[in-house]
Order: sequence, then C-alpha cells, then structure tokens
Amino acid sequence: MSSDRPLLPAYAPAAAPSPAASAPVPAPAAEPDPLDFLALARRRTAERGGEPWRSLEELAEAPEFESMIHREFPENTVEGIDRRELFKYMSASFALAGLTACTRQPTEKIVPYVRQPEEIVPGKPLFYATAATLGGYATGLLVESQQGRPTKAEGNPLHPASLGASDAFCQAALYDLYDPDRSKTLLYLEEIRPWAAFLGAIRVAIEAERIGRGAGLRILTETVTSPTLAAQIQGILRAFPAAKWIQWEPAGRDNARAGAMLAFGEPVETIPRFDRADVVLCLDADFLSCGPGQLRWARDFASRRRFRPGGAGMNRLYAVESTPGNTGAKADHRLPLRAGDVEGFGRLLAGELGAGAKTAPIPSVPPAFLSALVSDLQGSRGRSLVLAGDGQPPAVHAIAHALNAALGNAGNTVAYVSPADAQPSDQLALLRELVNDMDAGRVRTLIILGGNPAFTAPADLRFAEKLGKVDLRAHLSPHQDETSRLCQWHIPQAHFLEAWSDARAYDGTASIVQPLIAPLYAGRSAHEVLGALSDQPERSAYEIVRDTWRGPLGAHFEAAWRRALHDGILPDTASPVRAVTSRGMPPEIPRAGASAAPGLEVIFRPDPMIWDGRFANNGWLQELPKPLTKLTWDNAAIVSVGTAARLKLAKEDVVRLSVGGRSVQAPVWIEPGHPDDSVTVHFGYGRTRSGRFGNGAGFNAYAIRSSDALWIGRGATIEKTGATHPLACTQLHQNMEGRDLARAGNVSDFQADPNFAHRRTKAPEPEESMYPEYPSDTYAWGMAIDLNQCVGCNACVIACQSENNIPVVGKDQVRRGREMHWLRIDHYYGGEPANPQHYFQPVPCMHCEKAPCELVCPVAATVHSAEGLNDMIYNRCVGTRYCSNNCPYKVRRFNFYHYSTQFRAPSLKMLTNPDVTVRWRGVMEKCTYCVQRINGSKIASEIEGRRVRDGEITTACAQACPADAIVFGDLADPKSRVSQLRRDPRTYGLLEELGTRPRTTYLAGVRNPHPSLSSPMRTDWPQSYANETEQG
Amino acid sequence: MSTQKREPTPPGQATPVPVIEPGHTFASVTDQIGQIVLSRRTPTFWWVGFGISFLLMMALLASIGYLLLKGTGIWGINIPVGWGFAIINFVWWIGIGHAGTLISAILLLLRQEWRTSINRFAEAMTLFAVASAGLFPILHMGRPWLAYWLLPYPNTMALWPQWRSPLVWDVFAVSTYATVSALFWYIGLIPDLATLRDRARKKSFQIVYGMLALGWRGSAVHWHRYETAYLLLAGLATPLVISVHTVVSFDFTIAITPGWHSTIFPPYFVAGAIYAGFAMVLTLSIPLRKLYRLEGFITLRHLQNMAKILLATGLIVGYGYMIEAFMGWYSGVPSEGYVTTSRMLGPYRPAYWALIFCNILTPQALWFKKVRSTPGLLFIVAMVVNVGMWLERFVIVVTSLHRDFLPSSWGMYHGTMWDWSTFIGTIGLFLSLLFLFIRFLPMISIFEMRTLVPEAEVREEA
Repeated sequence: MSSDRPLLPAYAPAAAPSPAASAPVPAPAAEPDPLDFLALARRRTAERGGEPWRSLEELAEAPEFESMIHREFPENTVEGIDRRELFKYMSASFALAGLTACTRQPTEKIVPYVRQPEEIVPGKPLFYATAATLGGYATGLLVESQQGRPTKAEGNPLHPASLGASDAFCQAALYDLYDPDRSKTLLYLEEIRPWAAFLGAIRVAIEAERIGRGAGLRILTETVTSPTLAAQIQGILRAFPAAKWIQWEPAGRDNARAGAMLAFGEPVETIPRFDRADVVLCLDADFLSCGPGQLRWARDFASRRRFRPGGAGMNRLYAVESTPGNTGAKADHRLPLRAGDVEGFGRLLAGELGAGAKTAPIPSVPPAFLSALVSDLQGSRGRSLVLAGDGQPPAVHAIAHALNAALGNAGNTVAYVSPADAQPSDQLALLRELVNDMDAGRVRTLIILGGNPAFTAPADLRFAEKLGKVDLRAHLSPHQDETSRLCQWHIPQAHFLEAWSDARAYDGTASIVQPLIAPLYAGRSAHEVLGALSDQPERSAYEIVRDTWRGPLGAHFEAAWRRALHDGILPDTASPVRAVTSRGMPPEIPRAGASAAPGLEVIFRPDPMIWDGRFANNGWLQELPKPLTKLTWDNAAIVSVGTAARLKLAKEDVVRLSVGGRSVQAPVWIEPGHPDDSVTVHFGYGRTRSGRFGNGAGFNAYAIRSSDALWIGRGATIEKTGATHPLACTQLHQNMEGRDLARAGNVSDFQADPNFAHRRTKAPEPEESMYPEYPSDTYAWGMAIDLNQCVGCNACVIACQSENNIPVVGKDQVRRGREMHWLRIDHYYGGEPANPQHYFQPVPCMHCEKAPCELVCPVAATVHSAEGLNDMIYNRCVGTRYCSNNCPYKVRRFNFYHYSTQFRAPSLKMLTNPDVTVRWRGVMEKCTYCVQRINGSKIASEIEGRRVRDGEITTACAQACPADAIVFGDLADPKSRVSQLRRDPRTYGLLEELGTRPRTTYLAGVRNPHPSLSSPMRTDWPQSYANETEQG
Repeated sequence: MSTQKREPTPPGQATPVPVIEPGHTFASVTDQIGQIVLSRRTPTFWWVGFGISFLLMMALLASIGYLLLKGTGIWGINIPVGWGFAIINFVWWIGIGHAGTLISAILLLLRQEWRTSINRFAEAMTLFAVASAGLFPILHMGRPWLAYWLLPYPNTMALWPQWRSPLVWDVFAVSTYATVSALFWYIGLIPDLATLRDRARKKSFQIVYGMLALGWRGSAVHWHRYETAYLLLAGLATPLVISVHTVVSFDFTIAITPGWHSTIFPPYFVAGAIYAGFAMVLTLSIPLRKLYRLEGFITLRHLQNMAKILLATGLIVGYGYMIEAFMGWYSGVPSEGYVTTSRMLGPYRPAYWALIFCNILTPQALWFKKVRSTPGLLFIVAMVVNVGMWLERFVIVVTSLHRDFLPSSWGMYHGTMWDWSTFIGTIGLFLSLLFLFIRFLPMISIFEMRTLVPEAEVREEA
C-alpha cells in the first residue's frame, strides 16, 4: 500500500466501470472545503436528486476520485512499466491463466435417468451367466455385477461342470480382469499402433498368402472348444487349404486322447460317473484338483462320501499316486508309486483281474493292497471305476479303458462321448511340425491366439529361437509376455468378462461366454483377430458368436438366445454317447532302460494354483497356499522323506536338477507320501514377463521339460549347490501333536461307537453362572463343516478373499506369518511319513458363544451380536492384537501395514466388494460369516414379513465348495440343514474342551477302508521326523 | 573437601558396616552432595555418558517416527505372536521401576534407615523407567493416535472402555503409579531444593530452584506438614508396589493362552519386579558412588542389603519357575504341558536356559559374603539379572504365543532391527533422564542424610 493512499474507504471495489462511474460529472462551481464531507454530501445529494454515490470522495469530488474516473487504470496498477516489469506481469498472468485450465471442463451434458433401467437398482448387484475356461473346458459361472463392475464369480447351478460350485481359478478370474499389469495397447515392435494398422498389415500378409493357398500361414491356439472360434478357423482353412492350425496346451490332454485312440481307435472323451461308482481306482489321476470336470467330479465323489450310519452307500477310493495330491489325500487307500511304475501296476492289476496277461509282482506294491483292490473291484463289477491321470502315458489310459471294459463299467460308471475339443489332435506332434516348419522357413505368417508358447513349449523344440524365422508374427495375449516380446505384433487380449465367445464343458455342453463389461483397455478377442483374416474384418464378436448359434437354436432364435444367455447353457448340446469297445490291453512297449534306469525320475505337473503359468500374475492365486505343501509364491523340487534323507537334502536347499542334458536350480521341499527316487516339479513358475506378482517367483520347470519326456523324465540327477532359497509356507507345522483337532475314524469305529469323535475330548458341562443365558429369540447363525466331504481344494479360501476384500500381502509378509486369509485350510499328516494319512480342516472364525477375544478387547471393538455373531468393528479397533493372542483358533488377521493399498493399483480398486469395508492399517479383521450377505437376506425377508428361509443365506465359502462340505444356517430353526448336521453324532467343536462353545462345528471324517487293510486313523506323527522349517 | 578422601571401610570388618561413613557432619553432607549439582564444572564422564544416551534417545525418536509412518509391520510381530518386544520391554521397565517405590515407601514404613542414601535416585529411576515403559503400550497399538480411546471420557459415540479387559486396568494401574511416584519423588525433593536455592550462586539457578522449592523455609510447621504428607504418600504408594505388577500380570493371566493362564503370575511378577528393580538400583549405584566418590554415603552396607534382597526375591522368582513347570505337568492340559516342554526344548530353548542361568544360577553367588561386599562382582551379578529379567519376559510373551492350541498356526518370532532400536532407544531415554537428574538435582537426599550423622543423634539426646 502506498502512503499517499487516502485514509477513506478504498475505491477498489468500485474500480470496475459502472453506469454511475462513466456518467459525466459536472464541474464544481466552487471548491468547497474538502474535509467538510457532511455538508458536501448533503449538497450533492440534493443536486443529483438522490442518485447513488459510492464514496465520500465522489461526493466531495476529491481529486483522487476525479483522477480515478479519468485515468484508464486505477492508481498503482500497471502504468508506465518497463520491459522487465512487463515480463513479470505477463508471466504472472500466464500462470494464472494456466490455473483456470485446471477447473475448466469441456461442456459435456450428463442426463439423469428419465426412466430408470428396469433391473439396475443402485447398491443391488446383478448376476450374469457366463463361462470361464481352463485348458479349453468351460465352467459355467454367475458373475456378480455391481453397477456394471464385475466383482465376484459364483458357479452356475445349471451348468453341468459347476452345479453351483466354483474353483480357485474361476474365483480368481476377477483378479485377472483387473490385473494392473495387463497389456493395454496394441503394439508393433513395442510401439503403440491403432487396430487399423494391424488390420492393414495382416491384410497385406493374407493377400500375399493367397497365392500359395496359405502355405506359409499358421494359426497357433490353445485347446479350442469354442464352436465359434473353431468355425472361424475352419473357414480360414477352407480359404487357405495349405494353412495349418496348431493347438498347444502345456498341461494338455494328449495322453488321454492317445490312450483313447489306443483303446478304441477314436479319440473319445471319458465321462466318469463318480456318483454311481462304489469303488474308484485312480491311476495317478488327481481328479479332485485337475481335469476338465473336477468340480462336477468332486461334487459327485463327495455325494458318495456323505456318511450315513452304517456306512451304507459310501464309496471306497483307491489312489495309486506319484505326486501327492488332493485325491490321494482323500483316498481310503493310497499307494505312493513312482509315476513311471504306474503302467506296471496297471498291468499287474489287469493280470490279477484276468483282463490281461499275468505279470511279475512289483516290489513296491504291497500284496495286501493289491489283493484288497482286486477283491473290491471284482466284488463291484459295473459299479467300479478306473481312471488314469493326464500325466500318465497313453498305455495307462488304455489299461484303464480295458479294466473298465473288463469290469463291466463301460456304460455304467463310465460313459464315452465325442470329445468337447473342436478338433482333437496330437498337440505335441503338431507343435513339433510347426517348429520344424518355422526352422525351415516355411512359415511366413504366424498368428498366436492366446497362450505363451515361447515360455511353455518343450525346451528341446527351442520354439522361442525358431520363432524369429517367421516373417510376420502376431500374438494375442492378456499380457505382454515372453512370447509377445518375440512377436512384432502384440494384440492385447480381452478378458472373458470383456468379450463375447462360447465354449464347451468337458461333457460337450456349450455355454455362451457373456461379457459383463466393455474392454477396460484396447482388448480384442480371438474372434475379432480371426475376423481380421476373413472377408469381414470389422465384424464384432457378438455378431460372430450369434451367427454360430443362429442355426442350432432354431426358429425362435431371439427367445432361445436370451434363454441361453440367462441360463448360461445351451440346451441339448452335451456330446452324444459313443458306443465304443475297448480293444483290450495295449501292447507293452519296452522302453529303453525304463524304470531300471539309474537316477531319479522327474514328474512334471502344472502348478496347483497358477496352473501352467497363465495365472502367474494373479496375486490371489500366488498367495493361495498349495493344498498339501502350503507353499505360496514359489514352486519347489518336491522329494520324499526317504530321498531327502538319502541325498541329505533339507527344505529350502537349492539344488541343481538335471535331466536330459538340461538343468535348473530349484529349492527343495520335502513332502511325506511322495514316492522315493522321484522329484516333482510344478511348471508355470519362473516367469520373467508376467507382471509385478509373477516376475521372479519360483523357477522355470519348462526349462527341463522336453518333448520326449513331457510328463515323466528319467535319469535325473540332483546336486546341492550349497545355497538356500527362502520359501513362504503358511503352515509350518503339519503335525497335530497328538491333539484331537481334525477328528476322523473308520466306518468300523463309527459302528462300534457312533460317538467316536468324542471319545478323547469332550466339551465341558455348562457351569453354574450367576448370569442368565442370553435370551435367544432371534436367529442363531452357525456353520457345520463336514470333514468327510472336504477335499481341500482351496476354492473356499479364495471365494472368501474375493467376497471380503482380503488383501494380498506378498511373499515377504507371508514368510513373516502375516497372510490375511480369513479362512484357511489346515492340513495335517498322521501315521508314517512314507505314506501318511491326510487331514484337511477348513478353519474360519468359530464365532464362539463364549468368545475369548471379546473379553480382552479394551475398546469393545469385537462384540457379540444378538444372533451369535462375533462382530468386528473396524473403526473402533485400536490394534492391541490382544484378541488375536487370546484366540485359540488364531483366525484373526492383523493389518500390520496398510495392506489394502500395498498392491492396490487403481484398477484393482474396481475389484472391491462395495458391501464390505476395506480395512485400514493397524486394524484387526476376521471372518464375519459374510455378515453383509446375512443382512442382505434379512432385509429382504423383513420386507416380505417372514423369517429368513433355510438356505437363503450362503456364505462365500459354502457357495463355492464343490464338495458341499460347508453348510451355513440358522441353529434356532431345528429343521435347518445346519441344525440337522449339528445333531449328527460325529459333530464336534474344535477345542471345545476350552469352553468356548464354537458356533462353527465339524463333522468328524469317516473313512471306508477295505476290512483286510483296516488300520486305525492315526493322528500321531514320528517325533524323529522334523517337518517344520522355522522361517521368519 | 577433606571428607572425600576417606578410605572405604574394609570388608570383613567385625562391626556392622555403617550406613554413613563416620566423620560426616551436617555441613560435610550438604557440601558433598550439593556441590555435585552446584559446581560449575560438569565432569567429562557426564558429557560422554549423556552424549551416548542422547544419541540412543534420538534413535528412539527415529524408530518411533518410522513406526508411525509405516505401521507395526516394521516389528517382528505376526500371527500368532501378536505381542513382541513392545510388551516385553513394557513389563521389563515397569518391573525395574518397582524397586524405587519399594525402597522409598515400604522401607520407609518399615523404618529401614539405610534406605536414605539410595531412595532419591531409586525413585528417580522409577519415574524414568515408568516413562520408558509407558511409551510401549501406546506404540505397540496398530493405531496409536487413538490410544485415548482406552480412557473413559465422555464422547459422542457414548462408549466407554471395555472394563473386562486387563489392558484397561493397566491404563489405570500404570497412570496411578506414575502419578503417585512423581508426587512422592517431588515432595521428597522440596527440602533439598530449598537447600540448593539457598546455596546456588547463579541467579538462574536460584530462581529455578526457588520456584521448585515452593517457598520452603524449613519452619517447624513446614517440617510437620512435610512429614505428614510424605508418610501419607508412602502409605499410598505401598499398595501400588503390589498392585501395578499384579495388574500387569493380569494382561497374561486373564488370557486363555497356555503359559499365560496361571494363578502364580501376580506374586511371581511382583517378586520379579522387585528383583529386577534392585538389580537396576545396584547397576546404577555402583558406578555412581565410584564416579562421584559417594562411597561415604552409599556404603557397603547398602550394597550388601540390596544384594540380600536380590537373593531373596531371586529365590522367589526361581520358585515361580518351578511351580510353572510343575503346573504344566500337573494341570494335565496338553497345550499347557506342551508350552512348558517347548520352552525348555523347543526352538526358544536358548532363551529359556539363558534365563535360568541369569536369574537362578548367577544370583546364588550372593550367598557368599565375599561377593556381596565386592562392588565389582555385585555389579556383574546385577547386570546378569537385568538381562535375565528381560529374557524372562521374552520367554513368557513369545514362547506362550508361538505355539498355542492349533499346531497349524504355530509360528516363529524374531525381533527386527526396529524392535532393537526402539528397545535400546528407551534405554537411551532412561539414561538421558538419569544423567540430567544427577546433574541438576541432588541424587542423595541431603536432609535425610543429615539425620544420620552423629550431630542429629546428639541433639535428640540433648
């Protein structure tokens, strides 16, 4: 402020021109005393006739006011400035002008609903039927959409491969959709290009191919069951007869197809009917965790495990198994056998059953096991089932077919149908041919639709190296992965929830893959890429898929189409049953020094959680503990206790595993029940270009997987490197320490004493108390978990994670014992380390009626609800962790860091369930029995003026469970399923002896061993065998 | 200062060692204690000691800053071991504080006049230990900025603390204890502050001490009121010695966790606290009397008496361990028995056996008079007991939690760098406060010492 400024009110507000200011001011008649304002004011007011005035100066016609009126700018503004000043003001003005750009928005009119869309109610999710595929085979899903945002996948009850259940892969599909590392743009040599540029390039290449009838054109896909995609490819092959279509699935089913060829002369698909089988024999077939129909198979299998007093109707499962899996863990009798010896076992059994020539006994097969198996199979002809695993050679499949034929199972417990694959082929042979063609320069254009062959192809084919010889390489892929890096064109692949498609289930039932959201990025589906090769390059996938079904759906297409979308299945599309007859036992092909070869056997398996590597960047699946080893974020070279002792290996030792002239460095994991002199490696890990979660996790087992030993490698050696690699295991101790935790008995135990589960430990009698019991006139929520049903598949764990916004914490935090899963599946061993008994026990919050956690919380952040829920109030929690210390079940999870944002890229925020609070740092959390679902159903029931019906509320875990092991409901209703299960004599409470009165109860497992092999269920574990590595 | 040059009384002397060296007069007592505070020259060892302590305290600040920034994840805690160093350190520091209150209150009531020369700095030690301890329950919370939710204050949520939780009892026990200890210490300081006020040469000192002395003039009325107040506070503080650590032990006993759920804990914790506290008093008084040449005031008699208390409480603590092990077997509860054997044979067995060595075996040396009357040896024993008492809390907290009911959830716990820096940082805080205290306040009660010199007795007789 300059000093010559008047003391009177400033005229800055009036500086803007106004009518009064611009009005000419008459010259004063006489100069009055400028300080006599009052008099002047009166005079001026009188002269002007009440015209408004702005300041006393105006009234006084003070010189300041005069000058202000006549000057262009007010005093002290920019006048008479020099160059430097000008620049100063200019720059300030520009800076301010820039600021306005921050708030100024282009005019875009938004319009509110005039009529609200019929189905969309804010806050209410909608469910759409669609289908997820794995290895080409579809599982029907109902996906929850929250205001257009897919948030949760559930099984489709109408779909034959789901029946309402879902597996970990289906649940985790949502994480893939929002994967922050997904490829977002179309790239040409790592540079962003528009779709039109690709279209142009591919059209040129295609036109060039026309001359040679497509001799240089190859299309490489994963296993295709999609009728539309197959029709598109067939169309291209018709236009280019010399072109070739190759399918490659690293965890493919070549063996099963070849086995069917061997047995029947045609590649029929085997449909096992576990619900009809009394005796099941698995020849290294882990049908509960992998296989095209594992959800349905687990459901069918579990339906025959539901224990009824007397054991009536209960099946008996024999598992001859190499790598311990869920199937072996659930088996009544498990025989650990090297993968290479399974064929010999099959022949031995066939000889015993009279289905083949007698062979010499195998030392590792106990005669008692064999004779029990033979008697059971013979005793249940037409009601038994023999199944071979996809990792076993074709001969074993043919043996299984021969045995099923000999036992009269074909047509009863086993059906043979046309395969769901659009074109069953010997994938490995075709891939080898492709590589040879590439090497010879015969391939000019290679379109790779999905998959990651540069990473997954057998090491000896050197696919990645030969790929460079192809002129035009285009790769459609969700990530810019190892293969994309080697191709000129990378096309981001639309997620199945973003694009229209169709697919068939293992039994041939077709589903429309319905998108729930427009592609988040510039994703394209395989249909659109193939469309680019056709005459109509701009057709949408929607039109292409509809065209496929226009014929089959008949006259009323629109109605039938809507029906198919709604139901998630296309009716009557299941593959027809084929009448085939087995040609008997396959001829024995003598292998050069087969199992007699020195050295170890290497068994290749897809990883139980990240499969063939496609889920490597899926944080949920990476952190999901593998069913038996409970490892996360890593794979390992898994050896038996005996082999580890012989080779002096310890857990986490890094070894150099060499087979067939290739070697890889891998950490060791010791697993009881693994056959001796055999190493299991899971492929899929060791990715280098998968994204933030998958890069650098584990080792690449593909590096030693060659085309002549795709599943079983022989003559391997192991040498210690002296280094160690830390592994993150969520259960360090798989020994019950003689405690009565996961209770189990044999059928005979139950017959002797139906209360066998309570023989050792009992709940205390309620003590006299001064306080009356809490009145229970409302719902009493409870859960029953049948340990007999649970197959340990992990679907519930990840369903819980998806439903309840449970964060991923990373390997380091898992190693520190800070994983956040609200529901875990405890796994225990019992008996002999060479062939132990397994116990699975899913452990959610017990919602104790006398909850120890509630007593000790100083701020009442965990309290009991009137309905018996142990509620956690996140915003009240101050994080003393006392509740967790006092929880005997250790189901409480603490946010040691701000986990909810740790890996939360913006895209992952879309994944959150809006009905569940996202927890902050320093807050305790735990299973809520999905209280948001309970309240949702209660509100609905209250509107209708009724009680919640039994089965109306399912928790996320119970809904996902393929084995129907988890039942949730109202204990106050004596007719509810959970109440009925509570009355079962097998029901017990975990640690009930503490007097916590858990609301979650278990039903003791019952096994059904052959009477001659019956051994008591054991929970003891040799002390000499140190199972745990103390990590952290 | 001729009094400084006196020879210490030789050990093994037939007559009982006096509680004050013969030859002291009112004036010599006042001079010698007062000059430590009032002398202009700060000794070099003080600068060195304070410098190191201050650096450690800065490490504490850095650790707390990082903790608030990142969260408790920087520590080694996990599920199942939800409590780690923070609670161990809390119990350890609270225990150390106990000796101060015991010496000043209980020994006062029991008219143990030898307490006079050690009570002042033992009380100061109590305060600083409680200050160090008090940090941990707040810092160990996931959301420490909400610590006030443990207090019953009127709020819009209409919520009070959950009174059944021992953590709420802790808040009251510890805050009461801290308040009473501070009052007790300050009231005991008033006559000495007046002495310092009167003897200080610098104006600033005169003003500060003058304000703190609250106008003490040493009149008979003042002395009368002082004696009444001091005795009342002693009476108030006495039950606190028992109650605070009893309540702290409830943090464990109320839980159903095996290894915690035990009725032996309250007495065993109190004995352990006194044990730890006397070990700390010895640890501090032995170097101090040497450095400030206070052997005349803190005589071998004091050291011997403290050594005897150390031995006695050590035996009680040993009995506690024995009963704990016995109950592990006698209860017949598998998880209790397992925790007991796991402590001895499990992965934390080195901590357990080190604890037995430190807390049970080492103090047995105190049966020998030679050890009791050799300050160097006593210092070593006291240091070992300090370590042992920390290990005891480690064993109680960690081994009970790391393997409780469900083997599936068993885990391991290790302190991280931040755990250690926080712990060592509180030692820095404690020592910094202690160094400031010995520099600016009389570490031995001047007026009480004066009652011990022969002049005082003569006057009474006269």
